Amino acid sequence: MKLDIVSANRLTDGRVVYLTRDDGWSESIIDGRSAATKEESADLLADAERAVEAGIVVAPYLVSMADDGGAFAPLHFRERIRLFGPKHNRDGGQPAGRVA
Amino acid sequence: MYRYDEFDHAFVHQRVAQFRDQVARRLSGELSEDEFKPLRLMNGLYLQLHAYMLRVAIPYGTLSSRQMRCLAHIARRYDKGYGHITTRQNIQYNWIKLTEVPDLLADLAEVEMHAIQTSGNCIRNVTADHFAGAAADEIEDPRLWCEIIRQWSTLHPEFSFLPRKFKIAVSGAAKDRAALRVHDIGVQICRNDAGEIGFEVMVGGGQGRTPMIAKTIRKFLPKAELLSYLESILRVYNQLGRRDNMYKARIKILVHEMGADALAEMVEAEWRQVREGFVDLPEAEVARIERYFAPPPFDPAAGSDSGLDTARRADSEFDRWLEQNVDAHRQPGYAIATISLKSDGGVPGDIDAAQMEAVADLAERFSFDELRATHQQNLVLPHVRKGDLYELWQSLKAHGLAIANRGLISDIIACPGMDYCSLATARSIPVAQAISARFQDLARQKDIGDLRLNISGCINACGHHHVGHIGILGLEKKGVENYQITLGGRADGEAAIGAIVGPAFSAEDIVGAVETVVDTYLDLRETGEPFIDAYARLGREPFKERLYAAH
Ligand code: SF4
Repeated sequence: MKLDIVSANRLTDGRVVYLTRDDGWSESIIDGRSAATKEESADLLADAERAVEAGIVVAPYLVSMADDGGAFAPLHFRERIRLFGPKHNRDGGQPAGRVA
Repeated sequence: MYRYDEFDHAFVHQRVAQFRDQVARRLSGELSEDEFKPLRLMNGLYLQLHAYMLRVAIPYGTLSSRQMRCLAHIARRYDKGYGHITTRQNIQYNWIKLTEVPDLLADLAEVEMHAIQTSGNCIRNVTADHFAGAAADEIEDPRLWCEIIRQWSTLHPEFSFLPRKFKIAVSGAAKDRAALRVHDIGVQICRNDAGEIGFEVMVGGGQGRTPMIAKTIRKFLPKAELLSYLESILRVYNQLGRRDNMYKARIKILVHEMGADALAEMVEAEWRQVREGFVDLPEAEVARIERYFAPPPFDPAAGSDSGLDTARRADSEFDRWLEQNVDAHRQPGYAIATISLKSDGGVPGDIDAAQMEAVADLAERFSFDELRATHQQNLVLPHVRKGDLYELWQSLKAHGLAIANRGLISDIIACPGMDYCSLATARSIPVAQAISARFQDLARQKDIGDLRLNISGCINACGHHHVGHIGILGLEKKGVENYQITLGGRADGEAAIGAIVGPAFSAEDIVGAVETVVDTYLDLRETGEPFIDAYARLGREPFKERLYAAH
């Protein structure tokens, strides 16, 4: 099954965030509110636009997710890189794992 | 080195204050992103995949130790402890917070640095031969002219909103190390038949989607006329350059469509008018700026006994570094040392804060407080006494910076690609890392010899793939990264755009494909024949045959 979530960059620090179930924004994709239908996706984007107006995030858009009951992961490799960070991350932070 | 005058000081501080106010207004909601974006770009601030990226200008690649220490401080205080040297001799930081940018810019301004003209459709940071003022083959130091161009272009009202970004490079040496022919304008300092020094002016080079080699539109321009002539080129471009289509907006398209001769005629006609009312820089001002680029106080006795030969004989590793990374200096007894930022498996051009500080200390101790950033994403200590080279090398080694691979296959130019860049179609850093790991053995690299391998993560070509002897362009096909190889490109005096060798390779196969290209060369080369010469003799076919033999 394919689901949508909304991602954006946070205004203050540019970090990748996802629109959450309680209408907040989280760096964790697990918290992301997903949409299964076109209407739900449109609602997600409308909520995200309100966050743009409120100066919380910049440039929100829909991210397609694979949801096969197991891994909940973005379909496109660009989104996986946004999620995991650079593979060679040198600050000792979040290791990216295999993105390819 | 050039020091700001009062005007520059006031201007940069004013810009910091102005941007502080703009950031505050953005955060309070007074400015929308659409309103704010052009303002942040004018201050070198991009929004990338994971965070904001700030590109700091290093005018013509020249830095003092104090400035380098400030860059280290910025890396530690505002980023994740490192920075990335770019192919425009700038440095960029990948993990910047918008809220902290005003303070960061204020810190930079304290050491006379800024991020102006690193973005947007303006005349970008002017680049130069990174051996300027030091190279043995130099007619004259190009940085004087870079600085004059910088001052002329920074506030020029006509040139703040050009059809597209505009890049200028200047070189004063016989050998082109500044990639002049892939710039919108390349300025080569030369001598005419009478022995006078002036400029050869080349126009319309560039990379990106439509790569082109610049054409010479004036063989010799008297020194005093540089600015009026450049202004004429920019005016013609401003009038005719296409603003309706960003892919056709570069001056290279104009040169291509009109022909270099027609453009030259228009520029000359414009110049006849411009010259009349043009106030060129007064000689006194040129002399004032020139003083900043006066040679450092070299020791005339430095040439006598440097002890270098003894050290070379005693230490073969040092000997290899010397052979690969050290170049002849115009001053007897001195040498130019290149610090490779291409460690085995590392990220090309990345340098951490501790290394920046170490390099700053070494520049202070051994190179008259001066260092350079190169468009090949390395650093240079331009004025090292030969007698100090061994000590310098030992210190570099202690900081993991004595990699003897300058100009070899692992000295890769790579743009940030999709690890950071929001425009990317594929990653470039992991490919660079995998290639440098595959060719880890320095003796093997040395056997392969001079080879420029350049990688870009999209057609914008920031990684100069078009002019790599081997170029790699990262693309996306059906949601998967793949990599196209070009062969035969070069950025030197015989500049050429590489030819696509065939269908792209998958991420898994690209390193093997590069190895096949290299092996083909090794099999077919004549004694002492470098890769690029072998390619010129053999053409694309033998490489193509081997690469696609199994398909
Ligand atoms: S070439 Fe493309 S991917 Fe690489 S830095 Fe430039 S815009 Fe980004």
